[in-house]
Amino acid sequence: MSTAMNAATTIGLGHYLSVAAIVFTLGVLGIFLNRKNVVIILMSIELILLAVNINLVAFSSFLGDIVGQVYALIVLTVAAAEAAIGLAILVAYFRNRGSIAVEDIDLLKG
Amino acid sequence: MLLHAIFFYLFAGVTVASAVMVIAARNPVHSVLFLILAFVNAAGLFVLMGAEFLAWILIIVYVGAVALLFLSVVMMLDVDFTALRRGVLSYLPVGVLIGAVLLVELLIIVGAWVVGPDVAKAITAPIPPPAQVSNTQALGLVLYTNYIYFFQTAGIILLVAMIGSIVLTLHHKPRVRRQIIAHQVARSKATAIEIVKVKSGQGLP
Repeated sequence: MSTAMNAATTIGLGHYLSVAAIVFTLGVLGIFLNRKNVVIILMSIELILLAVNINLVAFSSFLGDIVGQVYALIVLTVAAAEAAIGLAILVAYFRNRGSIAVEDIDLLKG
Repeated sequence: MLLHAIFFYLFAGVTVASAVMVIAARNPVHSVLFLILAFVNAAGLFVLMGAEFLAWILIIVYVGAVALLFLSVVMMLDVDFTALRRGVLSYLPVGVLIGAVLLVELLIIVGAWVVGPDVAKAITAPIPPPAQVSNTQALGLVLYTNYIYFFQTAGIILLVAMIGSIVLTLHHKPRVRRQIIAHQVARSKATAIEIVKVKSGQGLP
């Protein structure tokens, strides 16, 4: 009982990594479930990158190396750039085709 | 220690629950709002881990910029989002199967995680004691010295993203008359005015 209480109240690296793993899986699941809606797919990618950031910061904090937070900063930058470019492509595509369904994006199919 | 655990479970629970709602909400506006909730609670987790600067950056950059970008794009697009939801249930089995396999694999890895004995020797920039150097200062001390190229690369990535999104979304409507300064400067007397000889006593026809 006491060891179980200790395991539950002493928050270690594994707790944070578990949260990141769950969020990562939810992001992947979101891509599978909303295969038609590009906006939700982009949001799922943001969730995946958030999980990666939680991982990086957790390792940085528990191993005592601040470089992990530098990497998290870079991942944050790339995620912001990806969201901006993705939404710009989405807006340009909607202006041309009047739809954002993934199955309509098949001009390159040949 | 108990307070730490309580706040960890609060932030982690709300993060996971709002992540579920992001992918399950029918209305994409609700999805964006739950995404904001997930980011705010992840920022709480960052504070618990002692990364205050990244927590603030997460709130400022993600909630302030990226999530509002999503919100404005979702509101700007005139799309029937309920039609896009159709067929979700047909993807549910394979999605849940792959998600479950991925989650079990990740949790097995996390559960068996042991920090290697020689990791402590491989640390390149140890975190200074928080009582002496704040997290922001400690991050700046390595980011602007040893990792200056990373910092510059991040700036270039943002510049490219900015130019790219402007180029992608900018379009000129042909019927909108715009000021073209070169044309204004290039005007001469011949193109600007017409000189007409008018006889006295007569007006112009």
